[in-house]
Formats: sequence, C-alpha cells, structure tokens
Amino acid sequence: MASQVHSTMKRIMPQLIILIAVLFLNFLVFPDFFRIEFQNGRLFGNLIDVLNRGAPTALLCIGMTLVIATKGIDLSVGAVMAIAGATAASIVVDGHSWQTALLGALAVGALCGFWNGFLVAYLRIQPIVATLVLMVAGRGIAQLITEGTILTFLNPGLIHLGAGTMVGVPTPIVIWVLLGLIVTAVVRKTALGMLIEAIGINESSSRLAGINSRVLIVCVYLISGFCAALAGVIVAADIKGADANNAGLWLELDAILAVVIGGNSLLGGRFSILASLLGALIIQSVNSVILLSGLPPEFNLVIKALLIIAILVIQSPTVKHALYILRASAEPTPPAPAPVQEVKEGTQ
Amino acid sequence: MASTQSPVLECKGISKFFPGAIALDAVDLKLYPGEVHALLGENGAGKSTLIKCLTGAYRRDGGMILLDGEEVSPRSTQDSQKLGIGTVYQEVNLLPNLTIAENLFLGRQPMRGGFIAQRKMHAMAKDLLAEFGLKVNPAEPLETYSVAVQQVVAIARAVELSGKVLILDEPTASLDRDEVQLVFSVIEKLKARGLAIVFITHFLDQVFEISDRATVLRNGRVIGTRELAGTTQTDIVTLMLGRQLEDRIHDRAPSEAGDTLIELKNFGRRGVMEPFDLTVRKGEVVGLAGLLGSGRTETSNLIFGAIHADQGEALLEGQRISLKSPRDAIGHRFALCPEDRKNDGIVGDLSVRENIILALQARQGWFRPLPKAKINELAEAYVKALDIRLASLDMPIRLLSGGNQQKVLLARWLATNPSFLILDEPTRGIDVGAHAEIIALIERLREDGMALLVASSELEELVAYSTRVIVLRDRRQVRELKGDEITTANIVTAIADEQMAEAV
Repeated sequence: MASQVHSTMKRIMPQLIILIAVLFLNFLVFPDFFRIEFQNGRLFGNLIDVLNRGAPTALLCIGMTLVIATKGIDLSVGAVMAIAGATAASIVVDGHSWQTALLGALAVGALCGFWNGFLVAYLRIQPIVATLVLMVAGRGIAQLITEGTILTFLNPGLIHLGAGTMVGVPTPIVIWVLLGLIVTAVVRKTALGMLIEAIGINESSSRLAGINSRVLIVCVYLISGFCAALAGVIVAADIKGADANNAGLWLELDAILAVVIGGNSLLGGRFSILASLLGALIIQSVNSVILLSGLPPEFNLVIKALLIIAILVIQSPTVKHALYILRASAEPTPPAPAPVQEVKEGTQ
Repeated sequence: MASTQSPVLECKGISKFFPGAIALDAVDLKLYPGEVHALLGENGAGKSTLIKCLTGAYRRDGGMILLDGEEVSPRSTQDSQKLGIGTVYQEVNLLPNLTIAENLFLGRQPMRGGFIAQRKMHAMAKDLLAEFGLKVNPAEPLETYSVAVQQVVAIARAVELSGKVLILDEPTASLDRDEVQLVFSVIEKLKARGLAIVFITHFLDQVFEISDRATVLRNGRVIGTRELAGTTQTDIVTLMLGRQLEDRIHDRAPSEAGDTLIELKNFGRRGVMEPFDLTVRKGEVVGLAGLLGSGRTETSNLIFGAIHADQGEALLEGQRISLKSPRDAIGHRFALCPEDRKNDGIVGDLSVRENIILALQARQGWFRPLPKAKINELAEAYVKALDIRLASLDMPIRLLSGGNQQKVLLARWLATNPSFLILDEPTRGIDVGAHAEIIALIERLREDGMALLVASSELEELVAYSTRVIVLRDRRQVRELKGDEITTANIVTAIADEQMAEAV
C-alpha cells in the first residue's frame, strides 16, 4: 500500500510542481489569490474559482484519459456537451423534473460515446476521423434540439448542478472530484485499467491474449461521452440555458491538452487520471493568471500558448534527457546513461 | 568464369551488434562482375542487416567493405548509390502518381532554361527502358503499369544511378510467373553488362534458375558459399536449416499418446492455407516443419482463431467447437505463443507480473480482478519454475532479453492451465541456455499429458521433441513423419523433394 502511494506521488510529481508554480504566479500578480472566505453558506475565493471553472475540462479529461490510453482520441466531447446541455434544457422546458433531465442528458451522452466507440472498434475507422464526424455533426444535432435558439430554463434543481453548493462547496467541484474518484477506483480496483493499457500498448498482443478489445474500446468512448454529457449539463446549468453554438466550444482541445500535460502519452498505454486532472487544473490556473494580471484580453491566447509551450518543453523527453546528461556529466563519475535503443529485428 | 577476375565488391569480416544480440558475426562475401549471387537464409539470419550495412542504412561495427579494391564506408543510401551500389526492394520505392520518366530522372531531370525539358526526358526514358526490353509510354503515370514493370523501372533507375553492384531484395515476392520472367530477362541483360547482382529471395527454384553462386547465412554467420552448377536444392536446404545432419538418437520414451483431443477436418481458409486434416492427442507433440512461407504460422493462427477459418470443422474431444477468435480458442483452453514475439506476444510497457497474468485475467473478465496475493503467487511461482531472470517483477517486459520474454509468454499461457498449447517458433532469437530450458519444458509438458503443436525452423529441435512431424510446403501439408522416420535428413528431403517435383 505504501509503495503504491509512493509510486503515485512519483508519477504526479512533475504535474504537482508545475501546478504549484502556476499558482504561485497567480499569487505574484494577485496577492489575495489564496484567500478563501465563507459567505452566505458558500466558499469564495480565487482558488475556489479555479476549481469551479475548471470543472468542464476536468470532467472531459477523465474520459479523454481512458480514450487516449487505448491509442484513441475523442474530438467530439465539446459537441457532445452541447447536445447534452440542449437535451437537459429541452426536457425541463417540457415540464419534467431535473432528475429526468439529468438522466436523459447522460443517456444521450453515453449514446454518442457508444456511436464513436462503434465506429472505432467495429468499423475500424481511425479515432480522429470517427470522432470528427460527431464533432461537426454534433452541434447541428444540438441546434435541432434547441430549435436554433438559446433554450433558457428556470428549473432550480437543474441550475443547482451548475451554480449551487453542497456543504458550502460549489456543486461542479463536488461532481468532478467525485467522478474522478469513482472512475479511478473502478479502473484501478478492477482489471479494467490494466486491460485498457494493454490494448493501448499493443492491441495485437492483447487480442491474442484473449482481451475483448472491441468491447473495451466501446466502453472507454462510452465513458468519455458520459463525462462530456455531465460537463455539458453543468455548463448549461451555470448559464441557465443551452447554447448549441458555444457550449463546450474548443473544450475538446483543452481536455486533450490536460491529458498531455498530465504526462499521458498520446500513443496510448500507461495512464493516470489523477495526473490528467492536475493538468486540467494547470490549464485553469493559467487562465486565471491571465485574467488576474489585468493584461488587455487580446494578450490572453498568446500568453496561454507561451505558458503551455513552456510546460510541454519542461516535460519533453529530449529536454529531460539533456538535463540528465548535464547532471550526470557534472558528477565526478558519470553513470553512462544508456539511451533506450529499440532493437530492430532483421525481417527479410 | 567469375573467379578469374578480381571481385568488384568484397566484404571482410563484417560484424554488427545490437544490444544483447550479434546480428552479423564476421561475414565474408565476394561479388564478381557479371555474376548473380543469391543470399539465402531464414528470417533473422542476417540478410537484411548485411544489406543495410552495404547500403549505409546501418554503420557496421567491424570489418571492411572493399569496392574495386578500395575501402568504402557508405553513410547513407545516397552515399552508397554514388559509390555504385544500388538497391531495389520488394516494395517498389517509387512515386506511383508520377510518370515513368519522372520516376527515372527524379532529382536529375534534363533542364532547359530553368524548366524541365519534358520531351527530352521522355526520349531518354524511352531509350533507357528499351535497353531493358521494356516498351512503355514514359509519359504515363507509373501506377498504370503492373508491379513487374514498376520493378523494372526501379531496377533501371538504380542501375542508372549506381552501375557497379545491384542489390535486389526479394524483387519477385509479389510477382506472378510471367512477371518473374520479365524481371529475370532484365537481370540477364545486366549480368551481360558486367554488373554484380545480389539476389535475395525465399524461392529456391528462382535461385537455381538465375543465380551463379549462393551464400547461405544462419544466425548472423556465413554457413557456406556454393557454385550452384554442382549443387542440389537439398544441399542448400540443409545449409539453411540444419546445423549438422547427424541424427540424434531418440532418447525419449516411446510415444504413448493418449486420447484424441483435437480433430480438425478439412480446416483452412482460402488464400491463407489449403484445407488440412489434423489430429492431436493428449501427451503428444506434433511438429510443423517447412521453409519460410510454407504455412507454419498460418496453421497455428488458424487453429487459434487468430485467422478465421472459412471452411472445415474443429472437434474438441468429439464435440464440435467454434474457433472464430482467440477468445473462443482460449475458452476451450487453447494457448498460442506467437512467432512475432515483439508485435504479437509481449505488451512491452506492462510489467512482467502483468504480462504473466494477462491471459488469465482476460479470460476472467475485467470486473473480476485476480486478487493481489494470487497475482504475486502466480508470478513468483512461474518466475521460479521457468527460471526467468529479472531484477523485479515490476520492470517492463520489453527490458528483458528475448529468452526471458519468451519464458514470460510461456508463463502467461501456462497460468491459464491450457489443455492444448501451440508454440510458433518458441526458440527463435533466444540464447542457448534458454533454448535448452524451453525444449526441456516442452518435453515435461508432454509427459504431463498436454497436447502440443510446435512450429519451428530448427529441424534438430523438432526431431528432439516431436512425436510426429508434419511437413508443410506452399501452404499445404505434404508429408507426415512418425516414430523412427523423424530425422532431419527425412525432413529436409520432404521439403526439398516437393520443390524438385514442382520445378520439373
């Protein structure tokens, strides 16, 4: 058990350090950043805002981590958010309860995920193309559901999911933390995590070892669709309306970025949901720095890009290797770092 | 005729090491002008590595390459082309959407006033190809012509660029009979021009048809070079497969095979393997022998469901069963250690422990994880039983040596407690110690009553452990050897005889 905690800490250490560094940057530009107050039965503060605003990306990156672990990618999550938000809104507008709306939206999200998984696992379409279909068509579907308008609603139950609190903590935070814990527990306490990693590392070997790779691939896309639907409901609830055009726009890219910052390889294999969640928080903290620094908004995207490039450079294997060599050559007896070399077997 | 001249290309003691493996061990090779020299050997014998050292794709770790008596060290394929060594691969390395003329002169097009002189280029291309007896329209895109024509264009380009040595790496692998003749006529013409040609192929008939001499490689060493005029196919097969042809005495207990376990009737798949019948009994090792491409791997994969059979039926202890996928097969307690360990066997980044329990866990389903204690118990037991050398069960399997990886794969399948174990090339690319241990393990499993099917290119090995040997050729079964008939000599004869018959 202790060794497990140790190896997890070792895994997420780079992400933790980067997160702390970015949070410190926030503190430099806005000294009150870490102040948290309790007012009107709710926690307030910039740190809480980061956790709250980061909820959609955090939710998306839970599913995205699993999809990427199988060597896939899910570009449709932003559009699925719009579909789910529109579904939930139209259900409450029709006079049903918020529970029905939530379940309906989650079912629709899971169905979208199932569709993606079916295209990838059974029709063998490349994931990037298969999910591009829904990325493009999804917003159209959402518009059909909202009939082209921004569908507003006043159902307090549904709004609570996006803007309410639970024991003082904003509901979105509770939702993403809980879902993160549940999914992590499910994949790590069952064999699901290992089998997903096996598929991502070597699908041919996995199939020959008897792993039902098709079913598992459908599963991960389904989970991704489910997470996207939850994120979509939260975003819609937050603005009390479903905006088919803008809900979750470009968020798929933030989710992929969170997974990458989390140190998960886009080539599939070993994954850590916890590290991805830290990645999502890093992205949100970067957004927060830009906002708090008071720079004109036209700088936002450029600065975000620069910060992210810096983060990725620090994590790049080439830089890591160079640092290693640097450190090794500084020592009196350098342990010759053998670069991992793939043995090319002679195939004739 | 060739030996009176001095060699155009000479390799002296070429060595190439990969981490943990010697790919080439002091290889000598002499190429004379005007000869076709076949380079033979099973997969992994070192043919590709040798070629790559010659063409500069790899840097050699030892030895000398002499071209016209001068030492050369090509650093890249362009480099070796300039020196005069051209290469044509099985997969045509040209641009199918460009015209034939453009493909021939890409990078050195005749220019006029800063533009490509199209008409001149087409005329040059036409003349060039006419020398090879090829009449085609050089203005047409390459892809409109057959693979054979494309192959000839590739040869023409290589000869134009280099002109001393031409290396043909399986140029005929995807050609039909007439197309092969077209390529051969071109080779004859080049031979007459005085080029030295290296010809790599798995088709022995073609070797004897076109080549003057042949060098056989095995495990990175030159086993021998022969003038083909006075050599038979049997001699060559013997060189390729057997270390020595002394037959080992069968010191194993007389085969007392038990009840029939598996019975395959008319089992096969169109384009993959001719339908075959096969019976395997408990406590029996059935060996599959044959040259590369004879259908050894295809047979294994069909039975395991990795390739879906489209005809025939399979019976397990008399009951009809379906073998549509590996999962089906595993459900019937089949197991397969595949030939391509790296791509079909190990899951490189997973730990040794995870690799051992993978098949068992997959059969249990993801929602019923094996308890931690059970996993450790299994992993440790197999590491001990098979003497797997590792620093830790947590290390990724890709860091282990080939022999240890193979043992982990065996452990993976033994952990599922199989009744029928298929091993495809279980000893390929592993060290001598692990080799002997795996053979001993096969014997032990047989004595315990397991049914085994073992495909191998190591004939002595097959002779040592098989109770029956089935010889394959051209994707069909040609001979079954039993009891005292099982000798390396008999297997070689069975493989080569058929080839003679085919050649007539």
